[in-house]
Amino acid sequence: MYQAIVFLPLIGCLIAAAISLVGARQRHPGGEPPAGAEDQALDHGSHHAPAVAGGAVIHASHHETESHEAAAAGSRAAELITTGLLIVSALLSWGAFVYVGYYSHDTRVPLYTWIMAGDLKVDWALRIDTLTVVMLVVVNTVSALVHLYSIGYMHEDPYRPRFFAYLSLFTFAMLMLVTADNFVQMFFGWEGVGLASYLLIGFWYLKPEANAAAIKAFIVNRVGDFGFALGIFAVFALTGAVGFETVFASAKSLVGQTIRILGHDYDALTLTCLLLFMGAMGKSAQFLLHTWLPDAMEGPTPVSALIHAATMVTAGVFMVARLSPLFELAPTALLFVTFIGATTAFFAATIGLVQNDIKRVVAYSTCSQLGYMFVAMGVGAYSIGMFHLFTHAAFKALLFLGSGSVIQAMHHEQDMRKMGGLKSKIPFTYAMMVIGTLALTGFPFTAGYFSKDAIIEAAGSAQGNIAEYAFWLTVIAAGLTSFYSWRLIFLTFHGKTRADHHTYEHAHESPLVMLVPLAVLALGALVLGFVFRDVFTHDNGVEAFFRDSLFSASNNKLLEVMHHSPLWVGWIPTAMMAAGFLVAYWFYILNPALPVALARQNELLYLFLLNKWYFDELYDFILVRPAKWLGRFLWKQGDGWAIDGFGPDGVSARVIDVTQRVVRLQTGYLYHYAFVMMIGVAALITWFLMQGIAG
Amino acid sequence: MTWPILSIVIFLPLVGVAFILTLRGDDEAIRNNARWAALWTTLLTFFISIFLITGFDRGIPDFQFVENHYWLGGTIRYHLGVDGISLPFVILTTALMPIAILTSFLSVSHRVKEYMIAFLVLETLMIGTFAALDIVLFYVFFEGGLIPMFLIIGIWGGKRRVYASFKFFLYTLLGSVLMLLAILAMYLHAGTTDITVLLTLGFPRGWQPWLFLAFLASFAVKLPMWPVHTWLPDAHVEAPTAGSVILAAILLKMGGYGFIRFSLPMFPAASEMFAPMMFALSVVAIVYTSLVALMQEDIKKLIAYSSVAHMGFVTMGIFTLTREGLQGGIFQMFSHGIVSGALFLCVGVVYDRVHTREIDAYGGLVNRMPLYAAAFMVFTLANVGLPGTSGFVGEFLTLLAVFKVNATVALFATLGVILSAAYALWLYRRVILGKLEKKNLMDILDLTPREMIIFAPLVVLTILFGIWPAPILDTSAASVASLVDRAHAALAAGQKAAFLMGGNP
Repeated sequence: MYQAIVFLPLIGCLIAAAISLVGARQRHPGGEPPAGAEDQALDHGSHHAPAVAGGAVIHASHHETESHEAAAAGSRAAELITTGLLIVSALLSWGAFVYVGYYSHDTRVPLYTWIMAGDLKVDWALRIDTLTVVMLVVVNTVSALVHLYSIGYMHEDPYRPRFFAYLSLFTFAMLMLVTADNFVQMFFGWEGVGLASYLLIGFWYLKPEANAAAIKAFIVNRVGDFGFALGIFAVFALTGAVGFETVFASAKSLVGQTIRILGHDYDALTLTCLLLFMGAMGKSAQFLLHTWLPDAMEGPTPVSALIHAATMVTAGVFMVARLSPLFELAPTALLFVTFIGATTAFFAATIGLVQNDIKRVVAYSTCSQLGYMFVAMGVGAYSIGMFHLFTHAAFKALLFLGSGSVIQAMHHEQDMRKMGGLKSKIPFTYAMMVIGTLALTGFPFTAGYFSKDAIIEAAGSAQGNIAEYAFWLTVIAAGLTSFYSWRLIFLTFHGKTRADHHTYEHAHESPLVMLVPLAVLALGALVLGFVFRDVFTHDNGVEAFFRDSLFSASNNKLLEVMHHSPLWVGWIPTAMMAAGFLVAYWFYILNPALPVALARQNELLYLFLLNKWYFDELYDFILVRPAKWLGRFLWKQGDGWAIDGFGPDGVSARVIDVTQRVVRLQTGYLYHYAFVMMIGVAALITWFLMQGIAG
Repeated sequence: MTWPILSIVIFLPLVGVAFILTLRGDDEAIRNNARWAALWTTLLTFFISIFLITGFDRGIPDFQFVENHYWLGGTIRYHLGVDGISLPFVILTTALMPIAILTSFLSVSHRVKEYMIAFLVLETLMIGTFAALDIVLFYVFFEGGLIPMFLIIGIWGGKRRVYASFKFFLYTLLGSVLMLLAILAMYLHAGTTDITVLLTLGFPRGWQPWLFLAFLASFAVKLPMWPVHTWLPDAHVEAPTAGSVILAAILLKMGGYGFIRFSLPMFPAASEMFAPMMFALSVVAIVYTSLVALMQEDIKKLIAYSSVAHMGFVTMGIFTLTREGLQGGIFQMFSHGIVSGALFLCVGVVYDRVHTREIDAYGGLVNRMPLYAAAFMVFTLANVGLPGTSGFVGEFLTLLAVFKVNATVALFATLGVILSAAYALWLYRRVILGKLEKKNLMDILDLTPREMIIFAPLVVLTILFGIWPAPILDTSAASVASLVDRAHAALAAGQKAAFLMGGNP
């Protein structure tokens, strides 16, 4: 069964990819290049230049109409196969969820040996425990719904087989990540989802912004993976293994060991965990490595829902949970996790306040919510972090897919300043978006109320300065979240429309194939929190549900302590939610002139937020430009001037002087070389022969 | 083994040469005969070399398929054999040669006969290098291989071919002279040129640094290591496509092979002593050349610089003196042989159509060449070292090994992981993605069936060895383990001796 869950999406991917390649071949049959030789080609060019230009015009016009190009043959088959397989996989996942989570059937499914060299042995194997099945359910359910939704959303796109192949590829890589039994397989899934993300962000490869965003996503993630990889090396250096079971078993013995790097000794566990966490920061778009996520919105909206909200970006959270046996023993690293999480939760929320692109608001919201999850991890409330991951997947995917429905209704307009009044035009989408917003902001008894508020409560119950910092920042961020979420709803759906007449008139509700996923996710956003609150947040429930898949040190009694936290700690997130709603209502319904005036008054602050704290500019200035400058410098000055100048060019200049007098240049060096070699061999042989005679 | 399979594999290409030499005239039919003759010869060689795989016993670390015959004066013998370290390279050579020949079918149209002869001779010399068990025999093959390569670059190369060959010549000359001197010195000491004997001999500690440095001079240029790498970008840029493929895929590997075959087992004390220097040079190579690759304007130059960076991982892995590092280094070389060869083939595909290698001259090729874009993507990802492609395994193993030995080296070397993503994906974006706006690209055609036949096995192998690297890792395991054990035993013995003598170990 577990093999089926993991490999069905891969099969779907391969079939869709094959359909896509066959289709591509039919559109562009290959051919031999026009007559081989170089000089002929040059002649050809000069003689027929006008003809070539004429051809260009024809092709250019063809290019403009590309969006109306007929879909590749087999598009429908590709959609149905991938979606069908994903639905099967999702249903099986729910089965596994019950079977493993509630009936405690943890298992390990070995597949075969991947890498075996020296002491290193890496297996392909599936590790099935509660942590895994929670992720299986999240990944496969959202993926199946997104596949379904995409049939509607992408129906005009001629390259659908490719799109569905990428979606299924992503799902497969994500499943490999969550079922990983060792660090290296996890890294495989980790980079695999990075690849799929790169391909999907850049799916519309004609758009320069999409291509730029795709590369940015991959490289920023690689910065994180740099840390992840080093973390794996450190684990192997310390324990001589990369399998989770072996490493966790020897984790205790690592306390107090050191690693020497850059001439200093560092505490081994702290360093290892920080390095591994660096990977998590990249993948989960945390403060400092967050810059790729908003840009990733250049990809098609279903992609944003699947990858950049529900699944891939939560991989970092999952990683910390999976590696809780290591992190629990590295308290300094956990403090750092808390700090980064809290900072991100606040920082991303502030940017979300002023963004005008509907998808970017949701993107920053995702970034901020991921920060919440890391706060939970950092204070040691792993199951609560996983709970928020679980519920967030539902309501954030809902918000993204809802945004997609809005965007499609508005003919690919994403700027909220050009929306408004859509409530009556697309009522179903509106209702779904409101449900998503309620869940996100933590309206009582919706999903976020149970999971997000539990995180704030956990931070409030934990000890120490950093926990206090995290508590207040997450409380403030809860208010900000409520504000920007309702701002989105009000700007998009309420008031008088700011869209042009034509667009507004033709705004229409999405087809059923897109609305069904919305409804399913909305149901999840409403009930998931209530249904699963015991097994994720109550200490006894957690103990029975997660068992060994999450590790808590013996002194970690946070879940118990939480029950005894002061009453106001429990109420304050709800109060913040209400406050955020009221301010948003006042700003965007009662007095719409106010935010404009406010922005004008505090222009510096407004620009600071609008420009995302100027991180892109900063990185461009301190990293990208210097790297390019250095590259050019090393090339021209290092290779060109120093090495070549004093090496071969300098020498050759002298040699040429000599050689020119002896033999013709073109052949001289070859003979010369052969001559030297032959002399050498001859000398050697002579020597041997003489030795032979002497002996 | 009753029949001399290694000799057959080595000299079969010369039979093809003999056949081509019998062809008279230079009309199209004759050219085609030469092409097909070369292709069939290399294919046959490849098929025979498969017997090396099937007959090879992976459990034995020693040389197999050994042939040992009287040659020059009795001292220098015609001694051949392969172990788990050299076998992968022999197979890599025989497997890539048919691809190189097939690539040249249309792109080379003058002096076809001579071109094919040069490649076939080159194949003989390359296989000989990996199979030689006599150090003089090795030297003859090793250095002899340069001559056909010179001709290939010098006659069928691009505009600055003379400069490129000259540079190549100057670098290699210095290295080979020093290596020759070292070989002489080794003979003086040992009284034999038999590699199997030299491997077990143990050279005096005082000699080892000098011998090591002399071999280093030759292998470092070949690999190439920083800072003697500057011949490579020029040679690649000027070489015809097939020349670049063979240069990157196999000739470079001779340097790494040399380190493993000679430097490490014969001079273990010096290897240990110079390991920090080798690490430093490797790390500089990885970071420096990756940064330089970022800014290249010529596709081939970019790939050439990325080759230097990838070879940095090889030297780093080898000089950890660990099994993981050495096996990683061997795997990295093998994988790089497939991937960089394939990348140069990718350049060749568009060069044949547009006749330029400038990155700016391209853009948006995916609109007309989707299959080409897909193949290029696979190789780009392998070049980036994505897990699941063959590029990952070697990089990962070498980094893993070096972290244990020196975490700081690993820290800097892992930066290469970020930089490789940057230059490779940026290249891909500029060449393949975006709108197709250049006029001369509007009619460009996707892969021909011939090109698809060339790419298909490379794509399959790149992915297959990424998820199942065992065929190569298992082949090399026993030989590498025995090599590492012997080197460590020698080091321990040396330290003990030094301790007994009262000196500083």
